Amino acid sequence: MSPTIDRVYFFGTCLIDVFYPGAGMAAITLLEREGLEVLFPQAQTCCGQPPYNSGYDDEARTIARQVIETFDLPIPIIVPSGSCAGMLRKHYPALMAGDPLEEKANQLATRVYELHEFLHRVLNITLEDQGKPTRVVMHTSCSARREMEVMDDGLSLLRQLGNVEVCEPENAETCCGFGGTFAVKMSDVSAAMVADKCAAVNATGASTLLSSDCGCLMNIHGALEHRNSDAMPAEHLAEFLLRRTSGDAS
Amino acid sequence: MSGFSPNPDQNFGVRIQEALGNEELRESFHGAMTFLREKRRQQFPDPDALDALRTRGAAIRERALAQLPDLLEQLEGQCQHNGIRVHWAEDAAEANEIITGIARKTGGKRVVKGKSMATEEIGLNTAFENAGFSCLESDMGEYIVQQAHETPSHIIMPAIHRNKASIARQFAEQIPDTPYTEDVDELIGIGRRVLRRAFADADIGISGVNFAIAETGTLCLVENEGNGRMSTTVPDTHIAVMGIEKVIEKLSDLPDLYRLLTRSATGQPITTYLNLISGPRKPDEIDGPRQVHLVLLDNGRSRIYADRQLRETLRCIRCGACMNHCPVYERLGGHAYGTVYPGPIGQVVMPQLLGLDKAGKLTQACSLNGACGEACPVKIPLPDLIRRLRHDGVSRTDSPVRGQGKQRKWIEATIWATWLSIHTHPRLYRLSTLMATRLRRLMPPLPRAWTRHRSPLRPAARTLHETLQQRERARQKESAREQ
Ligand code: SF4
Repeated sequence: MSPTIDRVYFFGTCLIDVFYPGAGMAAITLLEREGLEVLFPQAQTCCGQPPYNSGYDDEARTIARQVIETFDLPIPIIVPSGSCAGMLRKHYPALMAGDPLEEKANQLATRVYELHEFLHRVLNITLEDQGKPTRVVMHTSCSARREMEVMDDGLSLLRQLGNVEVCEPENAETCCGFGGTFAVKMSDVSAAMVADKCAAVNATGASTLLSSDCGCLMNIHGALEHRNSDAMPAEHLAEFLLRRTSGDAS
Repeated sequence: MSGFSPNPDQNFGVRIQEALGNEELRESFHGAMTFLREKRRQQFPDPDALDALRTRGAAIRERALAQLPDLLEQLEGQCQHNGIRVHWAEDAAEANEIITGIARKTGGKRVVKGKSMATEEIGLNTAFENAGFSCLESDMGEYIVQQAHETPSHIIMPAIHRNKASIARQFAEQIPDTPYTEDVDELIGIGRRVLRRAFADADIGISGVNFAIAETGTLCLVENEGNGRMSTTVPDTHIAVMGIEKVIEKLSDLPDLYRLLTRSATGQPITTYLNLISGPRKPDEIDGPRQVHLVLLDNGRSRIYADRQLRETLRCIRCGACMNHCPVYERLGGHAYGTVYPGPIGQVVMPQLLGLDKAGKLTQACSLNGACGEACPVKIPLPDLIRRLRHDGVSRTDSPVRGQGKQRKWIEATIWATWLSIHTHPRLYRLSTLMATRLRRLMPPLPRAWTRHRSPLRPAARTLHETLQQRERARQKESAREQ
């Protein structure tokens, strides 16, 4: 770990805020466990991706300005989602081109890390598995895979856990069909995609579904549950990593 | 356009339903796309080498586009020097007029056509029919599709939506003295016999162009079946049709692009035929066409060219890899789009050609997963372009694309305005998430579009904001007590 990093920002993401706060707390605990001070600005809301992907750039820009101003200290910004991290790192510079905050947007982009990328590449953490043998299936989101290129970080951390057998679904690189508003606007196409993903996930025989993106998680798990009320549970990767390496491992 | 809709947005939803309901179709596409992706993957075992090659490919195309007007002029000069007559067509109607005009002058009646998307784009078959010519598609897939009065469902494999049995039935019904057989080799043999006769009788051959080399005035045609070779050498007159963006600077640009094209399209290291056409039959030659024409088609391309970002669309070498990797295309097949170019490149090209009011909805059929952009051999940022067109579709500001703002719906704009006011006022945001968590059992579940296929999602008991705020307060109390 670089000796200069002792504080980081945490960008909670709106999905985690409302639907998966446990994943956010787990991520923060993982960071604090490494001796970091984690700042969570209460003024944060969303990264602006939903309107941006729908073509509402002005609305997205307004949010981006707020994010840039809220996360203004020159310290890393840790994001527990490939897709929101991608928005901040890859899309803000393009979105803010020509804006008075353009420079700051570019600067912010260099401080953004996906959580597992940061844990693995920057902090280089080691994990000691304390849980019983189990098999999990890991779904890497398209943005973690293609936009942020952090797929190996999540998998490497997971593979440090000695008692965990890690599987990937067949056609792992295929989108689960979430795509934000796509899942609602093109709901039947999205449903056809998630149906295939569910079949591939089930075929692994794993007992837990993991992902580092809550959008995919709520899509795939929601569809699994819709089919079968005792479908395998789903967890954000950070929650799983924490659970397996702290005393309350089960 | 022959069988393609000038307004693909209309009934897009209906076509999607039909496609999703057709099990056989979905199986065909799933099987074919999986196969093609795997073949491509085998051709590019080294990711770094692939990336380097794609970077070179993109640079070659970019360099050509940067000097497009000059290269077109040079191409025209070199072609003329080689004896190829060059024609310029501003739109589909003009192109069809030029082509049928040339055909009429030959005095011939029978036309064979090699595989070409540019001629699909202008609806040349219909134009020929209307002008009293018979125009036979000579690519096997195109032949099957034409005989069934269908349109291609993939730009490289036009009949990919059809299975053996249905082709067997079609041939037995439509080709005289043909017994029913599902043997693929026999089926191909049957088709070939018909096409051979047609080649021998043809007066005019039509082809597309994969690359046109400005430096030498050479037209390159990449193919596997030999129909391109036959269409361009047997008939007395050869007419090549190409979009103006297909020009490249020099012969030495060809190997990289050729390598990228064949490997990305069909996973082949090389095709059976690579035709380099550099003019009509010379006086001392015994075969080849007596006249060669090149029709340079604009059809909206110069409008695309004028916009720096949209210009990236024109790098396309029409390999089809973006559709092969698109999870939406794989589930819908090409016909659902209702356009000449389906899949990701179609979602980018068609709104620009037809207008956002007519084809803007196509851009919604995308989860922005990025698989297309990752596969594209010339690194076209397809997801960025799709998003850009979504923006132009709903924004009221200036866009060079026709029909801008026409996708803007009052209800959606209102939703985003409300969304924005909540998300830019942290207090309001916290209040609304607080309400969501407190009233979570009463909250209306997510839209039916979501819950029809997924269990309803309920907010957590406490947001992350609140959890952390409470933790902070507890800590402060703790430290106050300690003091
Ligand atoms: S956009 Fe790229 S991948 Fe798609 S057809 Fe064109 S060159 Fe091929």
